[in-house]
Amino acid sequence: MTEASAAQRFVNIGERTNVTGSARFRKLITAGDYAAAVEVARQQVENGAQIIDVNMDEGMLDGVEAMTTFLNLIAAEPDIARVPVMIDSSKWEVIEAGLKCVQGKAVVNSISLKEGEDSFIQQARACLSYGAAVVVMAFDEEGQADTAPRKIEICQRAFRILTETVRFPAQDIIFDPNIFAVATGIAEHDNYAVDFIEAAREIRATCPGCHISGGLSNISFSFRGNEPVRRAMHAVFLYHAIPAGMDMGIVNAGQLDIYDEIDPELRERVEDVILNRHDGATEALIEIAERYRGQKGKVQEKDTRWREAPVAKRLEHALVNGITEFIEADTEEARQASDRPLHVIEGPLMDGMNVVGDLFGSGKMFLPQVVKSARVMKAAVAYLNPFLEAEKEELGTQDQSNGKVLMATVKGDVHDIGKNIVGVVLACNGYDIIDMGVMVPAEAILDRAEAEKVDIVGLSGLITPSLDEMVYVAREMQRRGMTQPLLIGGATTSPAHTAVKIDPVRSNGPTVHVTDASRAVGVVSTLLSETDRPLFLETTQARYQRMREARAGGPPKPRLTLDKAREKRFVPTTGPAPAPAWTGVRVFDEIDLADLARFIDWTPYFASWNLAGRFPSILEDAVVGEAASDLWRDTQAMLQKVIGQTWFRPRAVVGFWPATRDGDDIRLDSGETFHTLRQQMVKDNGRANFALSDFIAEQSDHVGGFAVTAGPEADTLASEFEAKGDDYSAIMVKALADRFAEAMAEYMHMRVRRELWAYAPDETLDNEALIKETYQGIRPAPGYPCQPDHTEKETLFRLLDAGQIGMSLTSSFAMSPAASVSGLYLAHPESAYFAVGRIEPDQVADYAKRKGMSLREAERWLGPVLNYDPDEVRALADAVA
Amino acid sequence: MSEAFRMRLEALTALASKRILVLDGAMGTQIQGFALEEADFRGDRFPDWAIPLKGNNELLNLTRPDVILDIHRQFIDAGADLIETNTFSATTIAQGDYDMQGLADELAETGARLAREVADEASQELGRPIGVLGAIGPTNKTLSLSPDVNNPGYREVTFDEVRAAYEAQARMMAPFVDFFLIETVFDTLNAKAAIKALLDLEAETGVTRPVILSGTITDASGRTLSGQTAEAFWTSLSHARPWAVGLNCALGADAMRQHIVALSRVVDTRIIAYPNAGLPNAFGEYDETPDQTAAHLRDWAESGLVNVLGGCCGTTPAHIAAIAGAVRHAAPRQPATPGPAMRLSGLEPFELAS
Repeated sequence: MTEASAAQRFVNIGERTNVTGSARFRKLITAGDYAAAVEVARQQVENGAQIIDVNMDEGMLDGVEAMTTFLNLIAAEPDIARVPVMIDSSKWEVIEAGLKCVQGKAVVNSISLKEGEDSFIQQARACLSYGAAVVVMAFDEEGQADTAPRKIEICQRAFRILTETVRFPAQDIIFDPNIFAVATGIAEHDNYAVDFIEAAREIRATCPGCHISGGLSNISFSFRGNEPVRRAMHAVFLYHAIPAGMDMGIVNAGQLDIYDEIDPELRERVEDVILNRHDGATEALIEIAERYRGQKGKVQEKDTRWREAPVAKRLEHALVNGITEFIEADTEEARQASDRPLHVIEGPLMDGMNVVGDLFGSGKMFLPQVVKSARVMKAAVAYLNPFLEAEKEELGTQDQSNGKVLMATVKGDVHDIGKNIVGVVLACNGYDIIDMGVMVPAEAILDRAEAEKVDIVGLSGLITPSLDEMVYVAREMQRRGMTQPLLIGGATTSPAHTAVKIDPVRSNGPTVHVTDASRAVGVVSTLLSETDRPLFLETTQARYQRMREARAGGPPKPRLTLDKAREKRFVPTTGPAPAPAWTGVRVFDEIDLADLARFIDWTPYFASWNLAGRFPSILEDAVVGEAASDLWRDTQAMLQKVIGQTWFRPRAVVGFWPATRDGDDIRLDSGETFHTLRQQMVKDNGRANFALSDFIAEQSDHVGGFAVTAGPEADTLASEFEAKGDDYSAIMVKALADRFAEAMAEYMHMRVRRELWAYAPDETLDNEALIKETYQGIRPAPGYPCQPDHTEKETLFRLLDAGQIGMSLTSSFAMSPAASVSGLYLAHPESAYFAVGRIEPDQVADYAKRKGMSLREAERWLGPVLNYDPDEVRALADAVA
Repeated sequence: MSEAFRMRLEALTALASKRILVLDGAMGTQIQGFALEEADFRGDRFPDWAIPLKGNNELLNLTRPDVILDIHRQFIDAGADLIETNTFSATTIAQGDYDMQGLADELAETGARLAREVADEASQELGRPIGVLGAIGPTNKTLSLSPDVNNPGYREVTFDEVRAAYEAQARMMAPFVDFFLIETVFDTLNAKAAIKALLDLEAETGVTRPVILSGTITDASGRTLSGQTAEAFWTSLSHARPWAVGLNCALGADAMRQHIVALSRVVDTRIIAYPNAGLPNAFGEYDETPDQTAAHLRDWAESGLVNVLGGCCGTTPAHIAAIAGAVRHAAPRQPATPGPAMRLSGLEPFELAS
């Protein structure tokens, strides 16, 4: 485990509900003010305590009664009772009374070998019969252990007795190897922190499964009354003890300092004391300690200094240190300096939260501190909200929606700051946000997503168990047949986890990891854009696939260098096809829809309705047969109208040009070029490494091109149906238009072979054979496996002047109208379809150069087929430089 | 454990590793079907009892054993591998409602004996093992909740009282039952008292019977009445090292599924589930047909969620027959293998990996 993840897992046990540790709590309990005492417990949980320690060991109190009363009272408070209780007493009868009050699985704090083995075994057995974990103090018949060897020896002995004699589960044993005060002026005490840390490491290593805890405030006992120094000591101690194996601690969850934020001089001297680095360490700390006394934490100490920084820095400071005092004024100042209120969130506030995220990620901040940061962020956003609303009203965008996004923090997790930021940012960008809050069970999320017909589901989580819950949500989406994109975000999530664990459990919709809130708008808008979505998803998929393969251990499959691949190019054994009767471009627009309908391949039509199976046997299918038959009946009815009333006006443009092979490109005599890509996979079957250019001869050959469309009428008709609320017919008309476009491509290809280019004038094939593509020649389309680069459509469209039949390209090279097909014609008898597969940086660089593109741009368009992660490669290059 | 008990337990455990076991259906709603009157409940023995006794189903163990035996046999013939004793409320605490605390021991013992008799007889006849589950209900008092909204710290009963009542009940049933079934747990602390009672009894007498635990998620909140999630419930009681754990009552199969899924993902022992026949209608009757219930449970079985299936309120021998037909040949669920971690709970689960 890395140090950072150890710190993230560190469990904070709230110490304020302890009469021996908190004077205030003691006063409340002895005065019988249980209502106020319950509030102390509530604050602990709100401040991030994951377990609350309850201790009633006070001479004046009836411990059994006080423990019983208090535990019964907090049992009635769901926001306190949600966390486990640590029943803390040195008296067994108080512990047992506590165990009789808690329905949850509690922790007993503590038992020990102090009274010998018999009573230890008896108490451990009792803990087991009540169902509790135990803290075992490093205490035996001889007394409390102070040195590392004594701590280790006692804990190991206790571990043996518990696991072997009592059969106590090892994972429910927590050792407390005693945190004692250092810097007391007594030389024997100087090494106490080091003793603890060393013992923790050895105990964790030799008592497998166990945990290590301790009462943190003891360490700084000699600096009572000097809070800043005490807090620094606590932060430094944890910074070293956690990586050694201390995974729980009794701490004041509301008051933890951040290691990096401690005044460097103080931190240095504290560290000398904690690690016992030299004999004068205590003196050196005492020397400067007085300077800090009376300052209520470093907040006021730096008061004057941090308030002088620019507003963005002040906001960052407030977020990191969880200070709400000035947040409204600072936010207002930042708002006035920004064009739009949203920019305050997207700018300084998000930057500040990223700092928080980095500190948390590197183990320098703890959960309770992050909770405080979140509170500051919420206050800032709450302040900005009226301005955001006012702006919407001004722009008249309050009722517009770009799409509906549902967000939730998954079950078991209460952290929502990242999610809230994403929600605000998306809302400001015109998305409808349904925020279900925290701790939301999968079923509730998915029920709501279905009921509200949301476009995207976003899951957030901060703690590791949330990762499993996200996998479960994804699996349930698959089971329910939900196809919406699933977004994953939050501190513990990662692209790698999403790629390896979440994405593979879904096949019916995309799953995308979103690195941070600043990316959310980009990802959401891309996913909801019909034109940008395919390339983005393919690129993401390819990236995830690479991560899965890397994870699976296998090195990336070896690829040939481009030079080697070129050596293995396909060399035709026969000459080129005969030349076409004409060259140039011709338009075809008088096409009979009834003729065309015979060329329709209906299997993909059913697939577009999520009905899987081959046509026509799908109509008899046991599972989907009935649905397919109903659809087929309705489709036939609409098809009659399409043909009878000439709903579509399909058009085609076909061109033939003299061309020759130029390396991996197809060079037209006119000087234009179709660029192609070459396979780089290693083949052990002796097959060639294909590029489309291999099917063109080096002299006097030809290449063809085409663009066909079912016509713009389909989109108009679909909009009319939608306007009438008839989505079913709208989808059907679009799906039919797609089929007509494909049929048109098939039909024109046949005419090309038989009469236009006429390289196969005697061909006779039925529709079935056409669908199986048993004819000579291919018609590869840009954006498909033979040529994955969509930008090649630009050349094609220009040469064909596709605009003359009403076709155009969007900025992401999608065709308009949507029901269209375009591609090249290659006539060589040995030409065949293939998949380029993954390509290496050398080919991408070469290709970019040939195309006159920047490398980055080429990588963007070829994202789905890259055999490497461009970001990683660049980072590596930067590192080397 | 005597030889007969040991062999039966081994046979049932072996069977459970091969297929899903079938538990019986509802006792209470079956009894209602006999349309018994106050006189039936009183019998010859309690003609002058000061309190009306109709509804004290456990009392029928003494006054109409024929009815109880008949119901047990109907469920066995429907295909049940496991039957529950008619002892749900046979505790001093629950019998307090009828002022029959003093009869609690006798009701528990007789209920267990009746189930044993019919199970042994049927087992001989049918040539298959039939297990008897000693039913331990939640009692009518809660240890985690105050009955007085103005006094949240108040408790109507103490842990020690509940523990003692359960210990007495278990002591009387032990000679006859193959398992103890702590069921319809709506307050986990009551169940902890029951587990403590069983462990204490075992320590005192050496009698060991495997334990089966079944909680109740009371409504759409997805929590027990005392506020725990299904996972937190399991964490609180895992120290019982039960033979099986699961859920029953309150919900029909449809609404219970998600909570069984939640348990199935984390529980390292067998999963048992016996939902109601849907939700009651306006007249308190259960409308879900045997085929409907069976269809739900078949999906559970095929999804690998469960090891033991049966029915709770509203499920008749016809339901059990349909369930048995639907799931008896399905492969049992494989236990989850959660990594080593300290698992604690409040109302919600907490985990710290080891």
